[in-house]
Amino acid sequence: MHRDLLGIRGLPKDDILRILSRSDHFIQLLDQPETPVYPDLLKNRTVANLFFENSTRTRSSFELAEKRLGATVLSLAMQSSSVAKGESLIDTLKVITAMGIDVVVVRHQSAGVPQLLREHLSDSIRIINGGDGANEHPTQALLDAATLVEIFGSVASLKDKRIAIIGDIKHSRVARSNILLLTQLGMKITVVGPSTLIPREFANVFGVTVEHNIDRALSNSDVVMALRIQRERQDRALFPDVQEFRERFGITAKRCRAYPTLPILHPGPANRGVELDDETADSEHSMMYRQVTRGVAVRMAVLEWLYSE
Amino acid sequence: MHILLQNCRVVDPITKRDEAGLDIEINNGVIAKIGKSLKSSGAKTYNLNGAVVAPGFFDMHVHLREPGQEYKETIETGTNAAAHGGFTGVCCMPNTEPSISDPFVVGFIKEKAKKSIVDVEICGTMTKARKGTELAPIGALVEAGVRMISDDGTAVASAEVMRRVMEYAKMFDILCTEHCEEPSMTHGTCMHEGSISAKLGLPGYPSVAEDLIVARDIMIAEYIGGVRYHAAHLSTKNSVELVREAKRKGLLVSCEVTPHHFTLTDSAVETYWGNAKMNPPLREQSDIDAIIIGLKDGTIDCISTDHAPHSTSEKGTDMMSAAYGIIGLETAIGLGLKHLVHTKHLSLMEYITKCSTNPRKILKLEEISIAEDSPANLTIIDLDREWTLELEHIKSKSSNTPFIGTTMKGKPIGVINKDNVLGEAFA
Repeated sequence: MHRDLLGIRGLPKDDILRILSRSDHFIQLLDQPETPVYPDLLKNRTVANLFFENSTRTRSSFELAEKRLGATVLSLAMQSSSVAKGESLIDTLKVITAMGIDVVVVRHQSAGVPQLLREHLSDSIRIINGGDGANEHPTQALLDAATLVEIFGSVASLKDKRIAIIGDIKHSRVARSNILLLTQLGMKITVVGPSTLIPREFANVFGVTVEHNIDRALSNSDVVMALRIQRERQDRALFPDVQEFRERFGITAKRCRAYPTLPILHPGPANRGVELDDETADSEHSMMYRQVTRGVAVRMAVLEWLYSE
Repeated sequence: MHILLQNCRVVDPITKRDEAGLDIEINNGVIAKIGKSLKSSGAKTYNLNGAVVAPGFFDMHVHLREPGQEYKETIETGTNAAAHGGFTGVCCMPNTEPSISDPFVVGFIKEKAKKSIVDVEICGTMTKARKGTELAPIGALVEAGVRMISDDGTAVASAEVMRRVMEYAKMFDILCTEHCEEPSMTHGTCMHEGSISAKLGLPGYPSVAEDLIVARDIMIAEYIGGVRYHAAHLSTKNSVELVREAKRKGLLVSCEVTPHHFTLTDSAVETYWGNAKMNPPLREQSDIDAIIIGLKDGTIDCISTDHAPHSTSEKGTDMMSAAYGIIGLETAIGLGLKHLVHTKHLSLMEYITKCSTNPRKILKLEEISIAEDSPANLTIIDLDREWTLELEHIKSKSSNTPFIGTTMKGKPIGVINKDNVLGEAFA
């Protein structure tokens, strides 16, 4: 069966559950103290990681997952490639895949690129969306869900749990993919941020609650997810400055202490002192590093799923 | 040339005639006789089987891309597309390379357009090279024969410069056509700001960015007084209302809409991606509803295509990098009749008025009517024919349209412009 992971949108719930469940198997391998023996599921397969946008952690995470499963891996930072020399996106992808590529992991600054590639690339190539614009980042949502399953004990226990997603919702593919996924798992979602960083139609489109008061959101949540705020947004008059953002929407040390058991997720890289204080990021209930480990396991599970029956 | 068109349904807004079963005799480019069962008297005879014969359609907003972007379209291919789409005249927009900021470019286009069956009128720029800072040589452009001025593709961002454009243009009684987009609100955007952009995470172009410029320009036009102002390709409900109010005040304000803005909404982006990227963007159903009311009550004077050819690689890419616009000349009539006339929003007469009479009136061109001794300038339409656009039918040099595979109702089957005929009616 041909599979792609273009987004959480369109991914059947059964497949989500299957990937989450298999990621548990892979994390056991990663967590065990002895040197693990990974299955070479991708032996003789070639994966190309094509990153048109900067990324350290997502790219490293994909590379490790691919290599541990035995794939030949080609990783390219596409900003500096032929795209900059005027070759069209489609041409570039056709050229690279003509070298004999089985899987393309693509990250691009423009929403819809994975779908566009699906239309243009040969059917034999499988595509994983590594993040497209502010649209989707499905492996991040899967790894976040896997982390939540670990926190609450089971997929079933996520039902009716309340999560607050805090920060720059407008520009966040992490928020969109998480909302699509966590809604399917029955979670109650509140998005929290300044009104300039939450699209006007967001509540209706995604069926979530919008909140502008972080303290109210924290007191009504079972788990929170802080998003990275990009400082460049300040230049476009989307928020006044990082100090004001921290005060109104940051999980400060004070807020962290007020909710000593509240699990805190962050997709990274975190702006310490803005959306999270140091104390928050390093607290016992910060899940940041666990998310990273889960990320590798989830990506191994996705790669396995890609070639499963 | 001496021809006889038999069994025509003549629909002419000028003479207010809508009559079936007529024959039209054309001799040496002039309508010699209109009547029932005319004798052929040696003329080549074409039985039109009841097809609609209207005064030639005129599209006052097309991009022919020449000079400078001949890989997208040329005057030859663009006018050929226009003729096959049922137009006998077009006005070409000035965002060429170089732009039409210079009388020499006007002369170049006129020379190139001579051979075409389609009359090509020309729009000059408002400011030098469309930079929005210095006035273009508007006097020289008018003298060279431009019929309107516009920086189309962008708005004149500075209110002060726009005020001076209108003030200066008024001396020459030349129409000022604005592309209504407040650039500070649309930088980096690629689609309508609404539910779909929120869903897809694509940066949105808010409707208020259009409304602001329409409102600003109407206020400047009112302040100056006596200047002719035309708002190009309106897409929002509020801008239609602003034009309605301006007309109520008696200002010399007119406006147009494109077929894609009354047939598609922003949800098309999810299906067609780059081919649904327009400027102004596809809006919402409530905007379409307001546009249709505006067409019915006369607020919207005319239908223009904003025919905007682009190469496959310029459109078949991601939404952020794709070029703006679609080709429109060959789908305008099929879409217009299907969505406005067959749905009974407009009578056929009203529709023809908006595609032929009004654009010519706005540009102060010669009136075209179907009457004896008038020049033969006709568009022939098979009103009820259902047809589907196929890639290989397209005459334009580019094929960037979301309407390939779309079934339309009503098909242009021929045009006549003086001594020239073209189309399947004459095959």
